[in-house]
Amino acid sequence: MSTPQSRIRNFSIVAHIDHGKSTLADRLIQLTGTVAERDMKEQMLDAMDIERERGITIKANTVRIDYPAKDGHTYVLNLIDTPGHVDFAYEVSRSMRAVEGSLLVVDATQGVEAQTLANVYTAIEADHEIVPVLNKIDLPASDPERVKTQIEDVIGIDASEAVEISAKTGLGIPDVLEAIVKRLPPPHGGDPDAPLKAMLVDSKYDQYLGVICIVRIVDGTLKKGDRIRMMKTGGTYDVDDVGIYRPAMTGVDSLGPGEIGYLNASIKQVRDTRVGDTITHERKPCDKALPGFKPSIPVVFCGLFPVDTSDFEDMRDAIEKLALNDASFSFEMETSAALGFGFRCGFLGLLHLEVIRDRIEREYNIELITTAPSVVYHVHMRDGSQHDLHNPADMPDMSKISHIEEPRIKATILVPDDYLGDVLKLCQDRRGLQMDLTYVGGRAMAVYDLPLNEVVFDFYDRLKSVTKGYASFDYEITGYREDNLVKMQVLVNDEPVDALSMMVHRDRAEMRGRAMCAKLKDLIPRQMFKIPIQAAIGGKVIARETLSAMRKDVTAKCYGGDATRKKKLLEKQKAGKKKMRQFGKVDIPQEAFISALKMDS
Amino acid sequence: MPVEPWQRGGFGLYVHWPFCEAKCPYCDFNSHVTASIDQRRWADALAAEVRRWAEVTPGRVLSSIFFGGGTPSLMTPETVDTVLRAAQDSWTWANDIEITLEANPRSVEAARFRGFAEAGVNRVSLGVQSLREGDLRRLGRLHDVDEARAAFDIARKTFDRVSFDLIYARQGQTREAWRDELSEALDMAADHLSLYQLTIEPGTAFWDRRQAGGLRGLPDEDLGADLFEMTQDICGAAGMPAYEVSNHTRPGAESRHNLVYWRSGDWVGVGPGAHGRVTMDGARRSNAGWLAPGKWLGAAEAGNGDESIEVLTDEDRDAEYLMMGLRLTEGLDVDGLGAVAKDPRFHRSIDELIAQDLLWARDESIGATARGRLLLNAVIAELMPD
Ligand SMILES: Nc1nc2c(ncn2[C@@H]2O[C@H](COP(=O)(O)OP(=O)(O)O)[C@@H](O)[C@H]2O)c(=O)[nH]1
Ligand SMILES: C[S@@+](CC[C@H](N)C(=O)[O-])C[C@H]1O[C@@H](n2cnc3c(N)ncnc32)[C@H](O)[C@@H]1O
Ligand code: SF4
Ligand SMILES: [Mg+2]
Repeated sequence: MSTPQSRIRNFSIVAHIDHGKSTLADRLIQLTGTVAERDMKEQMLDAMDIERERGITIKANTVRIDYPAKDGHTYVLNLIDTPGHVDFAYEVSRSMRAVEGSLLVVDATQGVEAQTLANVYTAIEADHEIVPVLNKIDLPASDPERVKTQIEDVIGIDASEAVEISAKTGLGIPDVLEAIVKRLPPPHGGDPDAPLKAMLVDSKYDQYLGVICIVRIVDGTLKKGDRIRMMKTGGTYDVDDVGIYRPAMTGVDSLGPGEIGYLNASIKQVRDTRVGDTITHERKPCDKALPGFKPSIPVVFCGLFPVDTSDFEDMRDAIEKLALNDASFSFEMETSAALGFGFRCGFLGLLHLEVIRDRIEREYNIELITTAPSVVYHVHMRDGSQHDLHNPADMPDMSKISHIEEPRIKATILVPDDYLGDVLKLCQDRRGLQMDLTYVGGRAMAVYDLPLNEVVFDFYDRLKSVTKGYASFDYEITGYREDNLVKMQVLVNDEPVDALSMMVHRDRAEMRGRAMCAKLKDLIPRQMFKIPIQAAIGGKVIARETLSAMRKDVTAKCYGGDATRKKKLLEKQKAGKKKMRQFGKVDIPQEAFISALKMDS
Repeated sequence: MPVEPWQRGGFGLYVHWPFCEAKCPYCDFNSHVTASIDQRRWADALAAEVRRWAEVTPGRVLSSIFFGGGTPSLMTPETVDTVLRAAQDSWTWANDIEITLEANPRSVEAARFRGFAEAGVNRVSLGVQSLREGDLRRLGRLHDVDEARAAFDIARKTFDRVSFDLIYARQGQTREAWRDELSEALDMAADHLSLYQLTIEPGTAFWDRRQAGGLRGLPDEDLGADLFEMTQDICGAAGMPAYEVSNHTRPGAESRHNLVYWRSGDWVGVGPGAHGRVTMDGARRSNAGWLAPGKWLGAAEAGNGDESIEVLTDEDRDAEYLMMGLRLTEGLDVDGLGAVAKDPRFHRSIDELIAQDLLWARDESIGATARGRLLLNAVIAELMPD
């Protein structure tokens, strides 16, 4: 039997990184005896290594907690843990819509920070009821009163009844549970007898079970054996199993309105499902899908090549396996004169790119070379046709091009006054057009129209560093606009290095070219001859550096007793060279590619 | 059947003496400081090892013996004598056999020079290291300049041949300062000089100091290269051209023993951590003694001081032949190489290196050019078999 909606509370936890979201989740799970003490481990909800390590969540997770409240009733609390990065902004906004309230966790020693804002605004946008929670009050440096005032000033919500806790010691956790029951609303309006309407919150691939979907039931009842239809993708499936996470998967007979759980329907790959899709019964469908569905499209493209060319087949395998669990990245084979066989891959953003690349390297043990990330350009030809350009290497002959359009974004940046000047300069440097500048609760809010390609490189890193992490940043793609864009090539020893080709604005080409050449000069080890490093547009060189020849690399002493050891050193030197990529006669270490593309001016 | 390198490279004996009076901060040799040494036991153990090897290398003609260290001048003349007699019983000696002993240039050790000569030593190599007091202190040496010069004079009178070592490319050393010091060294009229650029080896005190941000003012790559080139020019003009990367001599006074290594001849190595290369039944064996002096002594007394012995693969043999032979000004004979010389890639690399003025080729020989010698590691890595 499904739980009555009045006894359900669905919520998420929003926090800046390291403010204690995972620790609090652990405590809630522990205090309610959801997991046997001996099975408890830290950061229960962060399933993937990479999530634990980077302190970020990539896939949404959920856990169901049974809580006997002081009023004598037992409540079902469903916690959804959402990804917390701008690359996954859409996924976050969707999962937030699956719950009715949020715990806003703020580290009482630190106060409100960048992601606190970005995340709480997403919660407010999803009409959440919000309970402020001040964490780490066990620390002498904590200052709950100051932080309460800050929450009220900056975010504009009442913090007088903020719950003061220590997720570490467990202090105040019972108060959090009571607040969830008393202050967060139950799900409303669901009708158990109406046709099934459920939201697909996220889906992930399990090597034994296939694709598991996390679902939130809005109307109707979902049971094992039901035949369901995904309203946007159109796929129909037989439900093998429905259940809940505690956090181990636990089968149940049915899920009713307001409930959150999983379904397993022999879906082969995650790409067959779409976050935000509406699930209904095939026979008796609901009449309208849930609003706001948007398929995610890759916006950043780059080439990934195995360092060791013989790893290509393993890499294909790795990519296909990862794709099973990630609908949002695309890939197709690419060949490069210098780098051999690899893949051109599309991602939701730079973090997404890094995560996938890290996983291929780490989980599949394949070292990769990453080429310059690029956005998708619209290239309009003189003959009236239009191409999508994902790779600067495919750029047609300039004389045949009429004009090029690039994607633009609307970026919203919240930043303390002290850093505003640096932020405005950064946006200006990146060809931004200011659209708005206002003040909210002692913070400046700058809205900029920026070219996406100026943001994909290292904008976020730069923003973090110039604002010491106090800026929050969010963006949405607004459309395409024509600009004076050219392809810049890099030539090492007169050979073009296609992996370093990039699209740049004509006015910024010299600067980028000079920076790139200077950087490569430091990154490429000296070789036995001197090497010109040039940046060029078409045939015209716009920047040049010369890497002088290596002069000395000789062992001073080598007698009979040294032979064995010195030979090993030379073998190492030789092996090191093999790991590099040859461009003509020049060996370039793979780190050089990655570092050259970061342009921290 | 061509004559193989081991047959034409000479046959030597290396004896390692692992003790020193103090450990120098740049030194990564197998050298140890101990309170007392039982010279008798060591002499017998070294002699026993010599005899053990003699049994498996009958009929060889010994062309050189080298006492290295450590500080072999801390051996008593009796210990040296015991080892030399064992070598004499073991192999036929070449008429012009070269017997070298490494000596630290201190008065205590110079007092033993006569005894060493009487035992048969006819060449010494003195670890002078520097002719500047401040640098000797920084290098952690126990002698001063006057003591070194005095030891050199005694050596000159005692032995047929005298060589000494200098370490240059030191902290804060300018081109001018090295030119002056080197000229003074050349004026001393040794017949052989080893001039090493200071190398900061892992595991030494200097290494740690540099890691910790100390040891400032070491020359950068360009200054190091300039100093090396200057050294070639100055020594060449003084009639002491380089016959190996770091070794200079008047023609004819080359260290015959070290030529065994660089020409891939055979040598027997005895003593803690000593390496040997001995070709038997067509297989080139590489052996190494136990590193720790105590461990080695016990093992040698029990009948075998070696920690390891293995047969070199063809690739290893070729790699060593290249690595050692290209250090020599005379270069190496390509017909001494095995499989690597049959690989077309090897010949392509040679052509490329010649085009880059890093190698020369003449008849059956190849060698490093002046430029190539400074880049020798890169050149060898290019030519080494995979
Ligand atoms: N002293 C103290 N440390 C805490 C508390 N809550 C969390 N931490 C620590 O803060 C760090 C970040 O916590 P975590 O839960 O991983 O933060 P998240 O990034 O928001 O998930 C960890 O080292 C926790 O042990 C608390 O109440 N008191
Ligand atoms: C086997 S060592 C030691 C000989 C003797 N014990 C001495 O120190 O005089 C031979 C020579 O190698 C040189 N040498 C040792 N360590 C060195 C280093 N780290 N860098 C350059 N030369 C070094 C010194 O010139 C030394 O005289
Ligand atoms: S440099 Fe010579 S004296 Fe100094 S520790 Fe090494 S072997 Fe001994
Ligand atoms: Mg966390």
